[in-house]
Amino acid sequence: MSEKTLIPFKGTPEQEAELMKVIEAHRDQPGGLMPTLQEAQGIYGYLPVEVQKMIADGLGVSLSEVFGVATFYSQFSLTPKGEHRISVCLGTACYVKGSDKILEAVENKLGIKSGQCTLDGKFSIDACRCVGACGLAPVMTIDDDVYGKITPDQVGKILDSYSKGGADK
Amino acid sequence: MENTMVHLKVNGIDVEVPAGSTILQAAKTANIDIPSLCYLKDVNCIGACRVCVVEIKNRRGLAAACVYPVEEGMEVETNTAAVRKSRKTTLELLLSTHNKKCLSCERSENCELQRLSRDYGVDEDRFINEGTRYEIDDTSAYIVRDNNKCINCKRCVAACKNLQSIACIGEIRRGYNTHIGCAFDGDLADAPCVGCGQCIVACPVGALTEKDNTQDVWNAIADPEKEVVFFTAPSVRATLGEAFGNPVGTNVEGKMVAGIRRLGNVKVFNMDVTADLTIMEEANELLDRIQNGGTLPMFTSCCPGWVKFCEHYYPDFLPHLSSCKSPQQMFGAVLKSYYCQKNNIDPNKLFVVSVIPCTSKKFEVTREEQRTGEYDDVDVALTTRELARMIKRAGLDFNSLPDEEFDNPFETATGAGAIFGATGGVMEAALRTAAYKLDGSTKALEFTEVRGTKGIKEATYTVGGVEVKVAVASGLANARAIVEDIKAGRKDYQFVEIMACPGGCINGGGQPYQPDTVRNNVDLKAIRAKALYDLDEKLELRKSHESPVMDMLYGEFFEAPNSHVAHKYLHTPYVKRGH
Repeated sequence: MSEKTLIPFKGTPEQEAELMKVIEAHRDQPGGLMPTLQEAQGIYGYLPVEVQKMIADGLGVSLSEVFGVATFYSQFSLTPKGEHRISVCLGTACYVKGSDKILEAVENKLGIKSGQCTLDGKFSIDACRCVGACGLAPVMTIDDDVYGKITPDQVGKILDSYSKGGADK
Repeated sequence: MENTMVHLKVNGIDVEVPAGSTILQAAKTANIDIPSLCYLKDVNCIGACRVCVVEIKNRRGLAAACVYPVEEGMEVETNTAAVRKSRKTTLELLLSTHNKKCLSCERSENCELQRLSRDYGVDEDRFINEGTRYEIDDTSAYIVRDNNKCINCKRCVAACKNLQSIACIGEIRRGYNTHIGCAFDGDLADAPCVGCGQCIVACPVGALTEKDNTQDVWNAIADPEKEVVFFTAPSVRATLGEAFGNPVGTNVEGKMVAGIRRLGNVKVFNMDVTADLTIMEEANELLDRIQNGGTLPMFTSCCPGWVKFCEHYYPDFLPHLSSCKSPQQMFGAVLKSYYCQKNNIDPNKLFVVSVIPCTSKKFEVTREEQRTGEYDDVDVALTTRELARMIKRAGLDFNSLPDEEFDNPFETATGAGAIFGATGGVMEAALRTAAYKLDGSTKALEFTEVRGTKGIKEATYTVGGVEVKVAVASGLANARAIVEDIKAGRKDYQFVEIMACPGGCINGGGQPYQPDTVRNNVDLKAIRAKALYDLDEKLELRKSHESPVMDMLYGEFFEAPNSHVAHKYLHTPYVKRGH
């Protein structure tokens, strides 16, 4: 039942030095945990166990409190984002047009769930709420590319075009 | 401003309370109980459960009485149709995510949610219950968490953080997915938890219980190969009666012994004996450290919660801990060495059961570094609650049992051993013997400055021409404060007693449940402790070194305090752990 991601932590000494500066700045500040987590996510792109431990030790709060805050706010991510970020819209218009089936097809194709990242770091999936293109429902975006009016059986081909190394649509 | 009194009406009754009081406190002075689930005096006050809502005249909506401060001229109604409806709906919503297997639940009959559900006539199936959503965490030796019964009141989180300064559990995620657990939803066994069990006694429902070991004991009793011996800790006699409806603070020593004896063919010994033995060793260790330049201050090591806390959070401080094992572990060692040899018993066939007020002791019995042979010296540690459960299952009418005496040869103990169960008790017991060692003619007996339920107590005594500065702390947040003070050079003591649970063992995590209706209104710690101090006062022998059992043990086996053989069986190293 552990929440730990299987993707290995690849923090650099430069990132760690930057994090230490952030921790130092917020150490004695009441409520300093939130801004520290925000800036830490800015440095690493997500909040892995290793980073949360450094923050807990640095600020003198328990790891369970750090984890509690990190899981309370949806803006914090405990898993890294992939090289290609897939976002499936589950807003009302897309949903009634069957975007849940699109999400399911993406999850099945990549073998991960929404909110997770593939082990090779290539893809991550998120569900989002309305990208403002309801006329194209159901909508999926990959990085800055928008795919509208898609069907579940098109998902495989679209994803394949990214795994081959380029978005040659 | 401090002493300003505020006047208000609660259900039309005039009430006068100090400014800053809450509506809940004000109502109590008019003998009106406002129900609550998250509020617990001195532990948790967050207004989260919304069960304590009341109506206030000229205020829109309902207010949470546990956090709402009184105001001059306020008019409060605690029992209107709107209040009753709101409370009922809140309870029904709580039940929609609650595992309602009340029939076999450990908390049935003293569950706070069950009581309120009955009082408010709820429909427990009003909202669809999704059933089991969480795995039960039974990974640790001491505490079992079943989040399917949890109502997210956060009393356990508050006990862990506020009383103990540990916070190894917390809220995870949000909304419907909120649940309590360790960082990264990890196992409790891997968390820097000390097993004190204050979360269990704070829990209003059956989400937290001790790891139940009663079946292991039933099995041993039924095994013709095994010889089963029990021993009971000082504070158990002062609390066990509560599980059978006796008033808080009733000493049931005689019935406790009789009850255990009727569980099967077992012997029942008095753990106060090894409390005395601990003092013999610890008082000598203290004097040795003072006279020969050892590491000071010396800290007591009887409390397994404190020891584990020190190992996790202050590993560099471990040389300050007395090397004495706890009375439980000393008794195990005495039984599997001296007792077995004397009675020609194979230590592998002696099954040793300790009955203790503590969940952390369930971890302590598994410590490999404390073994004296190829076996655990104590096979099973049962909490006071588990013993009560066994007595009930055996069909014994506890309150009608005769008063019986402990078994030979470990029946006689001193008043010093008895007061081990309360904060300050170990300190006082040690001072009684240390004072005698320094000055054989001393009359010093009662050291009242270290008594009482205050979190931190300090005193300076001159015994036999030696000045000893002492401190006593209970609750690990207070322990942390003392250690930090010493590390920073702000304080200087020779001897410090720490008990992990506020008030000491009498308020331990393995003691009988007392619901908020009791805990919010009486000082359990003080009333239970009084039973031990009363016992001390009644006893003829009140200093550990006066005990005839000590003469027997040292004369026949251990030679002298801190002798080589005493060190082999009664002292221990510690383990550096991280957090």
